[in-house]
This record gives sequence, structure tokens and C-alpha cells, in this order.
Amino acid sequence: MKRRWLANRQSMVLGTFALIIACALTAINSFTRPAINNNRQLQLDRQLTEVLPHQQHDNQLQRNPKTLVDPISGETRTLYVATKNNQPVAAVITALAPDGYSGDITLLVGILADGSLSGVRVTHHSETPGLGDDIELAKSAWILQFDGKSLSQPVRWAVRRDGGDFDQLTGATITPRAIVRAVHRTLTFFHTNKQQIFSP
Amino acid sequence: MSNQQSGNLQSIWIDGLWRNNPALVQLLGLCPLLAVSNSTINGLSLGLATMATLIISNVSVSATRHWLISEIRIPVFVLLIAGIVTSISLLMNAFTHQLYLSLGIFIPLIITNCTILARAEAYASRQRIIPAALDGLAMGLGFALVLTALGALRELIGTGHLLANADQLFGAMASDWRISLPDSYRGLLVAILPPGAFILLALLLAARNIIEHRREALQNKADDSATAHQEAHR
Repeated sequence: MKRRWLANRQSMVLGTFALIIACALTAINSFTRPAINNNRQLQLDRQLTEVLPHQQHDNQLQRNPKTLVDPISGETRTLYVATKNNQPVAAVITALAPDGYSGDITLLVGILADGSLSGVRVTHHSETPGLGDDIELAKSAWILQFDGKSLSQPVRWAVRRDGGDFDQLTGATITPRAIVRAVHRTLTFFHTNKQQIFSP
Repeated sequence: MSNQQSGNLQSIWIDGLWRNNPALVQLLGLCPLLAVSNSTINGLSLGLATMATLIISNVSVSATRHWLISEIRIPVFVLLIAGIVTSISLLMNAFTHQLYLSLGIFIPLIITNCTILARAEAYASRQRIIPAALDGLAMGLGFALVLTALGALRELIGTGHLLANADQLFGAMASDWRISLPDSYRGLLVAILPPGAFILLALLLAARNIIEHRREALQNKADDSATAHQEAHR
């Protein structure tokens, strides 16, 4: 009899604590949610603006993202289509470089309708600080060499060590190689699926 | 581990900052300590978040200690700590977003910092609210100081800069706080990499031990001469 009473009391105390904490968390969650969503939008907007400047289009890029599976690499890509006067003028496409030095590197690749790159930025990576992280614009201008390149230009899509036209980084070849490949895959994806990407 | 029943406010400070420092003596919370201390600002921010968690968790554990039944105290502590950390993480996500992004997974992982559960169990659950809050402040400060010091050392040795990205924590006015060594210093990469964290923490531990041994030796000498003096008197 006494044991049952004790067990009841324990579950009551534990349940009360859980209830109070759950209520507090709900309150804080609903209080912070607008600010958090706003931050996410701003962050995405900042990243999208970097690869595709605002003057190129007149719609809100992050409004209707589309997803398409890349038939070649098999990755699911998110697309942000930019329109001007309701005509598609460019697309920002997510890209994944799985063959970096440590872990996946995710990229945003901006491509204009004529197939040339408007910009490339790294959105997430865990490459070696001081060597591989020069792929961030904050650390070096390396990533800017993609601007204006396209498949139709006579560009060899590889780093110089592999006989290509892209600089590697001092002390890091694997990271740039992975990014050059990923950007090239994205351009090919854009080229072969352009109809589908730009269809509303 | 030590006698903390005294409730002596001064000894709370000495315990937290030096004698029983969570990072340098108890060696608790090493996972965030080693992982996030790659820059001063990261170290300071995670230190402050941990300190806030410790104070709030100590206060709430102390405030509810009379209703707690000893069999279920650990689940309740874990529940409390998880709730507090989740709240802090939501608030940081809302109001210091860049910092939240750069600290990443280590904010939710504050939950697993053993210091917090250890203080709840060993101290806060037996003390009144004010000593418990002070203990959280002192232990948290001790942890934050070590985290910041390690971060500053690693950043300075590894990159030749200090206080880079201070604006993530202090706002736009701090964007030019960065102090740089002359450009001829290229940075010793290993200091920012994980091994650097272990090596520099070991050096900090060694420095603390040297100071402590010196102090003890002095103390002993003083005691010896005192007893010798007394015996001579006798």
C-alpha cells in the first residue's frame, strides 16, 4: 500500500515538472518563432543575393522554391527561379560536393538564362581551417573565378594541377577540385533540364 | 569531491574560479571546451551560454528541492536542464542569429555538459537559492574564463588575430575590435585544429598545477616555520 502511494507520488511530481517545462517551452517557442523565421529568410535572401544580384530580377527568389532530382548525380536540388516581367531570367540551384576533404560541401550556384554563371558561394563546409576554407568569400576571392564562366566557353573544367583552367588553393587541391566538379555538374544539369527548370 | 556544505560565499568564488574550477580541476565539459574554443568570440559566447544555463538550472533546482523525491531527482534535473538549454537556444536563434549559426550544434549540446548536472546534484539540491545562484555564477564564470582563454590562445597562435567576428556577439560597434599580429606572422595552423585544443589545454592545466604546487610549498614552509617557532617557544 505504501509502495503504491510512493510510486503515484513520484509520477505526479515528474509529470508536474514535465508539464510546467513543456508550457514554458511552448511559450518561448511561440514568442521566438517570428524572429527565427525572419532570420532564416534574411539569411537565405543574403545568400541568394550574393550569387544573383537583385537588379537582375523583380521577383522574390525564396518565395517559391522548386525541387528536382538530378538524373545524373541523383541529388535532390532546390531551385530558385528568378523572373523579370514574368519571364524566367536566371536560376539559383543548390549543389552538393560530396568529394571534399572532410564531409559534404554545399553550394549555391547562380546561372543566367544564357547558361553563364552569375555567382557561386559555399553555404556549408567543414574543410580544414586555414587551408581549405579559402573557398569562403570571407577568407579569399577564390570562389569569384567562376563568375561569367559557362559550358559554351572554351574552359577546361578542372583545376590547374589536373590540366584545367581553375586555380587550386595553396596547400589544398582536393577541396577546389570537388567544387569545380560540383559547379560543372550543376551547369550540365541546368543545360539539359533548362525547359523543366524554367517551366512555371 | 569536496566539502561544499559550508555555504561560505567566499569559498564559493574560490571553488568556482580556481580550487575546483570545472574545466581545469574537475575536467568536466571537455567536449564543448575543446570543440568550440577555436576563437575568442566562440569561446566567450559558449561560455556565457553555459554560465546562464548553470545559474538558471541551479536556481530552479534549489527552488524546487523540497518537492523533489530522491528517487526521481536525476530525471527531473535532466528535464529542467534540457528545457533551459532549449529556451536559450531558441532565444539565441532569434536574437543572435549569426552567433547561433557559428556555434551550431554546441548550443544544444550544453545539455550534456556534466558540470551542470554535477552542480545540480552536488550543490544546488542541498542549498538555499542565493548560494545556489552564486555557485552557478562562479562555476559558470570559471568555465567561461577557461573557454575564452583557450579560444584566445588558439586564435592568436593559429591565425595571428584576436577577437575576429566580435560583431556576432557585441553588434556592429564591435566590427573593428579585431587585433592582428604583424602580417609576417602566418599563423601556426595546428593551434586551430583539434590537436591544438588538446595541447593548449594541457599547457593550461600544467600552468595551473605549477602555480598550485608553488603555493602549497610556500604554505607548508610557512606552517613549518610557525610550528618550529611554537616549539622553540615551548
